[in-house]
Amino acid sequence: MLEIKDLRASIEDKEILKGINLTVKPGEVHAIMGPNGSGKSTLSSVLTGHPAFTVTGGSVSFYGKDLLALSPEDRAHEGLFLSFQYPVEIPGVSMVNFMRTALNEKRKYFGQEPLSAADFLKLMREKRSIVQLDNKLASRAVNEGFSGGEKKRNEIFQMAMLEPRLSILDETDSGLDIDALRIVASGVNTLKSKDNATIVITHYQRLLDYIKPDFVHVLYKGRIVMSAGPELALELEEKGYDWIKEQVDAQQ
Amino acid sequence: MKEIEKPEKGNKIIEEAAQAEYKYGFVTDIETDVIPKGLDEDVVRRISALKGEPEWLLEFRLKAYRHWLTLKAPTWGHVHVPEIDYQAISYYAAPRQAKKGGPEDIDPELKKTFDKLGIPLEEQLRLSGMAVDAVMDSVSVKTTYRDRLAELGVIFCSISEAVKDYPDLVRKYLGKVVPYTDNFYAALNSAVFSDGSFVYIPKGVRCPMELSTYFRINTAQTGQFERTLIVADDDAYVSYLEGCTAPMRDENQLHAAIVEIVVEDRAEVKYSTVQNWYPGDKDGKGGIYNLVTKRGLCRGDHSKLSWTQVETGSAITWKYPSCVLKGDHSIGEFYSVALTNNWQEADTGTKMIHLGKNSTSTIVSKGISAGHSQNSYRGMVKIAPKATGCRNFTQCDSLLLSDTSGAHTFPVIEVGNDTSVVEHEATTSKINEDQIFYCNQRGIPTEDAVGLIVNGYAKEVMAKLPMEFAVEAQKLLSVSLEGAVG
Repeated sequence: MLEIKDLRASIEDKEILKGINLTVKPGEVHAIMGPNGSGKSTLSSVLTGHPAFTVTGGSVSFYGKDLLALSPEDRAHEGLFLSFQYPVEIPGVSMVNFMRTALNEKRKYFGQEPLSAADFLKLMREKRSIVQLDNKLASRAVNEGFSGGEKKRNEIFQMAMLEPRLSILDETDSGLDIDALRIVASGVNTLKSKDNATIVITHYQRLLDYIKPDFVHVLYKGRIVMSAGPELALELEEKGYDWIKEQVDAQQ
Repeated sequence: MKEIEKPEKGNKIIEEAAQAEYKYGFVTDIETDVIPKGLDEDVVRRISALKGEPEWLLEFRLKAYRHWLTLKAPTWGHVHVPEIDYQAISYYAAPRQAKKGGPEDIDPELKKTFDKLGIPLEEQLRLSGMAVDAVMDSVSVKTTYRDRLAELGVIFCSISEAVKDYPDLVRKYLGKVVPYTDNFYAALNSAVFSDGSFVYIPKGVRCPMELSTYFRINTAQTGQFERTLIVADDDAYVSYLEGCTAPMRDENQLHAAIVEIVVEDRAEVKYSTVQNWYPGDKDGKGGIYNLVTKRGLCRGDHSKLSWTQVETGSAITWKYPSCVLKGDHSIGEFYSVALTNNWQEADTGTKMIHLGKNSTSTIVSKGISAGHSQNSYRGMVKIAPKATGCRNFTQCDSLLLSDTSGAHTFPVIEVGNDTSVVEHEATTSKINEDQIFYCNQRGIPTEDAVGLIVNGYAKEVMAKLPMEFAVEAQKLLSVSLEGAVG
């Protein structure tokens, strides 16, 4: 579904991604790990079209479409979802209103009629339960006054609502206590199917205990320098990143 | 090589949206009687004669005119009102067939105009049960539901008719809250005011429907000087709405209105405005100068006056709907959203003058500035020495949507005793790229995202609007701004 070829991107003339290659197929879970500042979050920003980044080379194909040519909202409609590391607050805009707008934009994109209020609220109720999101939270303004854990659960709730084909979870485990982590991970696992895929960006093995990856990639200095099975994550947990850094730096 | 969408592209969307045409910019082709341009005592006399006014009102006008001659236009506002040539304006314009015979005789062109503005004048068509007074240029075209309201003793008519039919009431209240000596524009209005609405709610009556006046400027090179007077007698209640539009013209037009409200014991008045005068084009050409004096007197104990305004129009706005809280335990409220785009300038806010003991006031002001506009909040909270136990809460927020716009606050607080409490909170924020991107990532395009964010920001005030207006006002905020981020 996703094919990234030699992707390069920069921010304010500083090159962050220096040739990323990655292929993701339906049903797969990919973990992207790596030390701080290696470009993990940049990759998710570039894939979803954050305007602060400039793509300077390479290509990304998503179900055969040139992803980089699409606007951020069209990428979302095509089924790309980002669970943000730091979800922003939008004061005064209720989650209901926000989600309804988002969902109906997607329906419009596919030439469908907007969802009726009753059907929409029913859908919200159903999906809320996946991440045990309180009704009160759903009626509050987007992320306003949410705790760290509530914000992350709210991200997965939105993922459930929008039913993306590819979800990128950007450090969804950061700032979560163990209970919240379990809820979030079980939400992600519930939504998993043979038709969708997940990219999990994380520092730690911890989340991968709950969301089992099929592949683990190490991103370092803007490149994927190592790819292997789930055992790599365990090795990294044990040995840290220094041995990889040394290997890569020695080659250069 | 491919480029991810850069912010500049967002700006383009905004520019296009900002250039979207003002929806109400058409001109009605109708025969209009316009008196020649210029202003002197004879013109004042002529207006009064045209309206068949009694001697006392002519005297009132002449006194105001003579006083006006001694005044200079105020310059303290954070707006740039150019030198206005008061001799180049016509002070009276009346659609010729406005009111001859019964209301059924309204000119079809006029009716079409108000239909186009979404204000059908046929009572049976109005589902919302809102009574409307429609004012075009200097005269009231039609007031709906008058008979039904009259059964309850509610008077709702144009001020010209009120002068004829209820002279004692008008005389008792006119100029008592806003005297002609109040300020330059108030003096001018008092001299040449043309039409407007008059509302009287008798003792103990809750007005069963929203009363509304719709103001429309049509004729070129005229000024509009309407005057509204609302009186709520003991234990009465009324909710009153005001809407305004004008054609798109390259020249500027002057609108200098007065609204006076008197609230007696335990009575309550809610006054809501959606102000959408033509704001000028994207280069700042044309637009209405909206220089307005609005004030209410909470004369009775436990009386309450609530101002809610959504200001999106006009090239220049200068208005401070205020409350004089004379009654003990009286309540004043001011909820405002002022949005400026392109080259608009707004200097708006309120005065809460606490004279009665234990009176309370609340001010919530939300300014939104985009383009090259300037948006100022100016407020005064004054608590008289004898007005013990008073409370005020002021919240004053500014949202900036561009680097080239300005947001300013000019609060004045005077507390004359130590049993009163005044609180003031102020914030300034910028709509940020991350909020917009968050919406984008969920599939919401930038234009809609900005509308959503701005409406969310203004929610507290919008929630105060009557239902009939709230939806329209929400759309107006989005349309006035579509994507105005940059």
